[in-house]
Amino acid sequence: MPDVSGMRFAESHEWVKKDGDTATVGISEYAQSQLGDVIYLELPAVGQQLEAGARLGVIESVKAASDLYSPVSGEVSEVNADLKDHPEYVNEDPYGKGWVIKLRGVKDNPKLLDQTAYDAFVQGQSGS
Amino acid sequence: MVVTAERTPLYDEHVRSGAQMTNFGGWVMPLQYSSIREEHRSVREAVGLFDLSHMGELRVKDESLAQRVVSRDLTRLRPGRIQYAMLCNEAGGIIDDVLAYAVDDGGYLMVVNAGNQDSDFDWIRRHNPSASGGGQGGGVFNVGRDWALIGVQGPRAVGLVQRLTSSDVGGVKYYAFIEGKVADVACLISRTGYTGEDGFELFCGNEDAARLWRALLEEGQVDGIRPAGLGARDTLRLEAGMRLHGNDIDANTNPLEAGLDWTLSLDKDFIGRDAIMQVRERGLSRVLVGFKMLNRSIPRHGYAVVDGGVQVGSVTSGNVSFTLGYNIGMAYVAPTLAQPGTRLGVEVRGTAAPAEVVALPFYKRPHPK
Repeated sequence: MPDVSGMRFAESHEWVKKDGDTATVGISEYAQSQLGDVIYLELPAVGQQLEAGARLGVIESVKAASDLYSPVSGEVSEVNADLKDHPEYVNEDPYGKGWVIKLRGVKDNPKLLDQTAYDAFVQGQSGS
Repeated sequence: MVVTAERTPLYDEHVRSGAQMTNFGGWVMPLQYSSIREEHRSVREAVGLFDLSHMGELRVKDESLAQRVVSRDLTRLRPGRIQYAMLCNEAGGIIDDVLAYAVDDGGYLMVVNAGNQDSDFDWIRRHNPSASGGGQGGGVFNVGRDWALIGVQGPRAVGLVQRLTSSDVGGVKYYAFIEGKVADVACLISRTGYTGEDGFELFCGNEDAARLWRALLEEGQVDGIRPAGLGARDTLRLEAGMRLHGNDIDANTNPLEAGLDWTLSLDKDFIGRDAIMQVRERGLSRVLVGFKMLNRSIPRHGYAVVDGGVQVGSVTSGNVSFTLGYNIGMAYVAPTLAQPGTRLGVEVRGTAAPAEVVALPFYKRPHPK
């Protein structure tokens, strides 16, 4: 079971885990299951400044292309280079080796949901 | 009016196995069971099981009527044999692409696309000179909802089906069919498919569908069988260069530009023939080509194809090719740009991604030893 403690979620289905003023960003288990097989990610350049809610890239599955949004503001410090050859990591381990980018100089975003609130939000979306 | 999507007799099987369901052509169908990638691989390397019960079946008993509506001369088709043909409108546009089965007791069984089955039925009936109107009259019957259809596709498909029947299914030629029992279910056993692999499509009564489905899944365990959804069906058919009606061909495209001239018997009279002859004389303004991406961009239906900054066509189908390891697509372009090796751009999110025209099909299965 992945360690999702301390993770916060955006309603656009990205997660963020902060460590001081740096953070790791990925997509949720629910998002990967909805997308299905991920085959390509278009990710930002290291050094790029992202605002909370800004488009950070594109994730493509066999089914469709979808935008990814940054849950927090910060500067891109690293992108997950493994995803270039192994985009399926996003499906296999979205909270672990399927992470997408790392940010530094991160500011809090009070709009993010904790795990319980996010699960309830997903329930409301899929149950309708 | 509320239109409710129809369910196949295997709907409960799909839901029970946790399939992600989707609406396709008016039917609720499994999109994927586990992973499109894994389902795709199973079909290429072992065997996959498909619910194709959404496909339509039209029984056309009147041979001259069948000859009038389909693009191909069926008189040379012996009972037990199958041909791929077009159903065209007067302008030569493709209303549907069909498989015509020459059946023993005269006439044909036409297997048509799910979303077109009712409009095809109306179209054929309307062109029946002997139709008295109303009901199922005139020797045309819409039997699609009485029949289930299960695809068994992949290099291990023939062996698997053979273990469940006393009929010699290995002896059934490609594009031929026999009647027989599979897992004690009366079937029409057809050596056809939409994946580029060897295998069968098994027609049976709705009431027997779940029993046949389970028997194939159980017996196929040793072969590494997986149920496969519409997602894998689409990536498989694309690799095999097979056109999808509604994407690559439709009422606004003609068989010549779609590269389907081999399905035309222009020496017989059929609806759309004259228009197609005129197109042939005038010359084509565009043709369907296959292309491979030269970077990791993924082409999708509707994306613009560009040459030197100018749009020269649009993508009709595109996706990753799991088997080949690069991304592929089909598009209509000017004949001058159709030569394999021609460089084109595919507009992906505002950037012209480099692509190269390649011959179709993208993938051909290795010949059996």
